Amino acid sequence: MAARDHQAEQLLRAVLAAPDKLGKLSERDWDLLLRQARASALVGRLAHVIEQYGLVDVVPATVWRHLAGEQRFAQRLAHDVRQEVERVAEPLRQAGVGVVLLKGAAYVMDDLPPAQGRNFSDIDILVPRADVAVAERFLKIAGWRSKELDRWDERFYRAWMHEVPPLIHRVRESVVDLHHTIVPQTARIRLDARLLLEAARPAALDPTIKVLAPADMVLHAATHLFNEGEFDRGLRDLADLDLLLRHFGQTPGFWSMLLRRADQLDLRQPAWYLLRYTARFLGTPVPAETLRQAMRFAPAMPSVMDRLFAAALTPPHPSCRGMQAHLALMMLYSRAHHLRLPLHLLIPHLLRKSFKRGAGVTQVDQPGVPNLNR
Amino acid sequence: MATSPALPSPARTGGRFGKYLGIGPFVFFVSTDIPPLAAMIETLYDGFPIADASAAHFADFHVGVNRVPGLRSIVRRQAVFDIDGVRPFFPLATGQALMMLEGGLNWTIAENTSFCLVIHAGVVERDGQAIVLPAPSGGGKSTLTAGLVHRGWRLLSDELALLSLEDGMLSALARPIALKNESIDVIRRAAPNSWMTPPMPHIEGGNVIYLKPPADSVARVNERAAPAFVVAPRYQRDVPGALAEPKSKPDAFKELAEGTYRFSLYGRRGFETLAGLVDRSQCYDVVFSDLDAAIEACDRITRSPRHR
Repeated sequence: MAARDHQAEQLLRAVLAAPDKLGKLSERDWDLLLRQARASALVGRLAHVIEQYGLVDVVPATVWRHLAGEQRFAQRLAHDVRQEVERVAEPLRQAGVGVVLLKGAAYVMDDLPPAQGRNFSDIDILVPRADVAVAERFLKIAGWRSKELDRWDERFYRAWMHEVPPLIHRVRESVVDLHHTIVPQTARIRLDARLLLEAARPAALDPTIKVLAPADMVLHAATHLFNEGEFDRGLRDLADLDLLLRHFGQTPGFWSMLLRRADQLDLRQPAWYLLRYTARFLGTPVPAETLRQAMRFAPAMPSVMDRLFAAALTPPHPSCRGMQAHLALMMLYSRAHHLRLPLHLLIPHLLRKSFKRGAGVTQVDQPGVPNLNR
Repeated sequence: MATSPALPSPARTGGRFGKYLGIGPFVFFVSTDIPPLAAMIETLYDGFPIADASAAHFADFHVGVNRVPGLRSIVRRQAVFDIDGVRPFFPLATGQALMMLEGGLNWTIAENTSFCLVIHAGVVERDGQAIVLPAPSGGGKSTLTAGLVHRGWRLLSDELALLSLEDGMLSALARPIALKNESIDVIRRAAPNSWMTPPMPHIEGGNVIYLKPPADSVARVNERAAPAFVVAPRYQRDVPGALAEPKSKPDAFKELAEGTYRFSLYGRRGFETLAGLVDRSQCYDVVFSDLDAAIEACDRITRSPRHR
């Protein structure tokens, strides 16, 4: 195959950064845009952006029906998340445990822009470390169960990670991830979760439920994105961050608070990546002064990281992911593990994962009629 | 929508087959590097609106069934379905490539359609009145659909009903009908002039063939139909002929809702659309051991004066 077409590779990112470009797309561009958006789980978001910019008229009808449909699905999912959050909050209230929502569920309950056109999966909550056991017990009484894990996986979660194994509701199958901090306990970054809990604030749609303070919310999402090893949802997460920054950025004092919190919470590098890549790839209006001040957070080899993230923060679609991108993704994958686990824990962990994979544990459908029970 | 004129020559680029196929409300770009599969696509999808692979076209979905590369392919030739780099199924033998493609097209429509309801059901139409035939696979739905189609009913679909959220009309796909095991011979007798693929081993055991859709149904693929009947077919060896029993509307609704992909995501609009279909339709269960008797039962149901 010929060299990857740079413009095609950048299509979705370019459109998200400057939606006005939509007016100039050819039929072929629309074709590729929809495919890249599907691969990135950004179809509903794209619809939302198009509506916001009043550009529905420039979208061909054959494309718009997909966008509008996915957007309606996203609205329905957000509605379901609201309901499910209340069901999760109730037993925790009884247990006397304060609930702080993280990520997608927090965007919904705080009525923030990234809740628009987004898909949701798990409900992530942060509770004080001392309350984890009682929170888990009350959730189990209310119908959530942990998946059966072998001893290794159980230990992986409880001793090393920052959450208990996922809790799945026995009837509705909703998944709750109970966290007591936002980075793994084994990670290089040491973060005091109490600072986050202290700064948490009531959510817009239900003040009895809390969400992280604006700067903390952004830093948490950034840490998640840039220290994680998998980037199938990388561009989606970057787009979430872009919307959060555009939204909170209008509040006086937000940008300086963001830098101050990055210092306090020891999340300096994620803050640097966050500001650099949202501005670079999605045109986020980060003040020049903030970018300049953030330079002190830069990693050791910024140009290397630039190249890796430029490849990783693309749609996971064949038009964007060639050999080079796969190499970059592999390097970021090993970097993430290096950040999370010290070597003496990492090596046995990876060996075990590769053995389990070799045993063919992955489940895929058989062709025929699609399975309804999923 | 593909509006380009049909091109007489097969579109092959660099040893690969690739073609835009207008299949009802969707445009698929279908490609393969397996020549026998390409030949089968040419035959089975003959008459569908097409366009050249080189045309700068919009397609709703780009799908491919291609050989699995690598050392293993020397020992075992395998084919895998791919949609934009995603491979939802395990590879199968290249001899089963058509099954891979057809299953992949079903999967793609069911998993990626949000602008209409996608129901696991057959659909046929006559005189402007459509029968929706909901049923689990292997229950005789495809057999009865194929049988009706060869008695003058128009084929809309043997597997997926597409129900508009706007006006409750049914869209056609008119794709090939999959027939398994005993139904292969039953249909070969009922429709001796229709073209079918040679049998290939089905993943769930037994054999499967694909029946070419009638030219008239293909020519009218963009013509929608109004639902008028719900007939839930069930093959049962020990019944005499065919028994048609009226079915309660709540039961019909429940069966259709359970057969609708991602039903809950459509919310109230999905509920009302499906309720509208059931409301407008006369609903029956048809249990049969004999195809002719089942077709006659459908004739009786659809010709009798309407009781609401």
